[in-house]
Amino acid sequence: MSVDAPPPVSSHSEATLDRGRAVTPAELRWRADWIRLQTVQLIDQAGVGHYSSTFSCAEIIAVLYYHTLRLRPAEPQWPDRDRFLLGKGHVATGLWPVLADLGYFSAEWLTQFGKIGSPLNDHPNMRLAPGIDFSSGSLGHNLSVAVGIAYGGRLSGRDYRTFVLTGDGELQEGQVWEAAMAASHYRLGNLVAIVDANGFSGAGPTSAAMNIEPLGARFEAFGWRVAEIDGHDVVALTRTLDELPDPASERPICVIARTRKGKGVAMMEQAPQAWHLGLLEPKLREQVVAEISGRMRRW
Amino acid sequence: MVTGTQNVPAPKMVDVFSDVAIDTALATNPAGVAIAEMADADPRILTLTADLGNVLADFRQRHPRRYLELGIAETNSVSVAAGLATCGYLPYIFAMAPFGVLKCAEQIRTDLAYNHLPVRLVGRLAGLAMGIFGTSHHAVEDVAVARALTNMTVVTPADSNAVLSLMRSTVSHQGPIYIRIAEGAEPVYAAPPVFEFGRWLRLHCGSEVSLIGHGLGVGLAVRAAGELAARGVQADVYDAAFLKPFDEEAIVDTARRTGAVLTIEDHSEVGGLASIVAETVGRNGLSVRLDRVALPDEDLEVGTPAALHEHYGFTAAGVVAKALALTGRA
Repeated sequence: MSVDAPPPVSSHSEATLDRGRAVTPAELRWRADWIRLQTVQLIDQAGVGHYSSTFSCAEIIAVLYYHTLRLRPAEPQWPDRDRFLLGKGHVATGLWPVLADLGYFSAEWLTQFGKIGSPLNDHPNMRLAPGIDFSSGSLGHNLSVAVGIAYGGRLSGRDYRTFVLTGDGELQEGQVWEAAMAASHYRLGNLVAIVDANGFSGAGPTSAAMNIEPLGARFEAFGWRVAEIDGHDVVALTRTLDELPDPASERPICVIARTRKGKGVAMMEQAPQAWHLGLLEPKLREQVVAEISGRMRRW
Repeated sequence: MVTGTQNVPAPKMVDVFSDVAIDTALATNPAGVAIAEMADADPRILTLTADLGNVLADFRQRHPRRYLELGIAETNSVSVAAGLATCGYLPYIFAMAPFGVLKCAEQIRTDLAYNHLPVRLVGRLAGLAMGIFGTSHHAVEDVAVARALTNMTVVTPADSNAVLSLMRSTVSHQGPIYIRIAEGAEPVYAAPPVFEFGRWLRLHCGSEVSLIGHGLGVGLAVRAAGELAARGVQADVYDAAFLKPFDEEAIVDTARRTGAVLTIEDHSEVGGLASIVAETVGRNGLSVRLDRVALPDEDLEVGTPAALHEHYGFTAAGVVAKALALTGRA
């Protein structure tokens, strides 16, 4: 590792961040756009990255990390922390700035993103980056891993929740449904899957490639409790996550967050497929930054 | 309405793989016996199977909460075990080798090996142990796949006592381990042998030909060494129980001593012990004669393990013949 690990610098770092922390909707909207801006910066450094897939889940990440999850950034392996697994690992550019801001590591680390030796990879590596509960990158694995972590919570008697953020295209992987079966079989009400249902996978509309709908009915048929909401509505997200059943309950929960791929940048919303993977040329980059930052001043 | 097969009390078939029959369990299912005992002493130990719970009857009785049945979903079982390992547990996945390793190769690599997680894959019925069931049930490429993965440990017990030793001695190893078990081994050890991690055991000393086996190949090597001795040929015999990390020093020593090395394994000639030895003598610049008793890289026949072993020369007589040829005495 060529990047030194200085002590965390954020003012957040000493404390336990409790579930349901006070935050206004405006602050969460601002934070989601801040995630988008940071993503543009990181992709610029690396020379390639996933813009529109990250933008679709910016509000979800903002609500989880600034309101919902019980965390202790100064003690990333704290056994009672809520777990978060980024099933759609290709959007780690949206997570790194958040973890730095919360004090898991220095913001200096972000400047090394994309370089050899950086602990922050384009897909998260749990051995390198504090705050990553499990590595991801190969789609379809993390819901299974989360079943193991949730079962571990049951065995150890701890009341943490395990959250997994999946893409909707990821649900085409067969292993996801093996995990969905196991989660309800073992009555893991401490497991929450959030589907960033932006309707697109790598090569086109998700259900044109292979139909995955009706998603809610499918998860219900597998024994899950299902909530379907607007994944960009921070009020709906906070309310849904505030009202999660007790972790001791017996049905796993699936939150289907309907989102727009490329959300927050007009040209990406209009042609999300064009911005799945690549690099903005400087002029377009300026436009995108201006659009997002203009909105942030208004929040 | 009856919608599926119902289990009713009925005369039972002989279950050749289970540990239910305690008097024969140590011979037929040493891993099942070992894990139940180990779990008594170590609360971190869990077991998982994908519909192979019959091999864990004793464990399930003694530690019912620490056993997870995942149904016929092998890939899920590997990733679930990875999650449990992040919580401080030591999960042992019991699986049939062809499905537990080859079907799950990517989960083993990405979730276990890359993350250095202490999950153990106990691959039973490896090699041609299920030879009669068809090529889908052969596990003859598993060592090649497992040893290609960074951070994996691969061990292959020669008999029941070696199973006990290798399972007990690796319990606290920090990374993933593949424990490859091929049922039906003749006893090599009278008691559990003492292994040093990554080192091989020298079972017979000689200077004319090296016989290096793993798993079932060890018993063949020992028997062949006896027959060779009767013909005046002294063999240097090793139990290559660790295929990753392997014992480079032992290979170099024995190759220098004998100048003729024969490997013996119920595995493809591609990527297993034959490859390990060839790569090592090449890398060390040793000029030695090499041959292997292994399975050919071609469509394999289907039959009982004994018939297949005979067909492919995986017998003591097959080892003797190749050893004599290697020493120029055929």
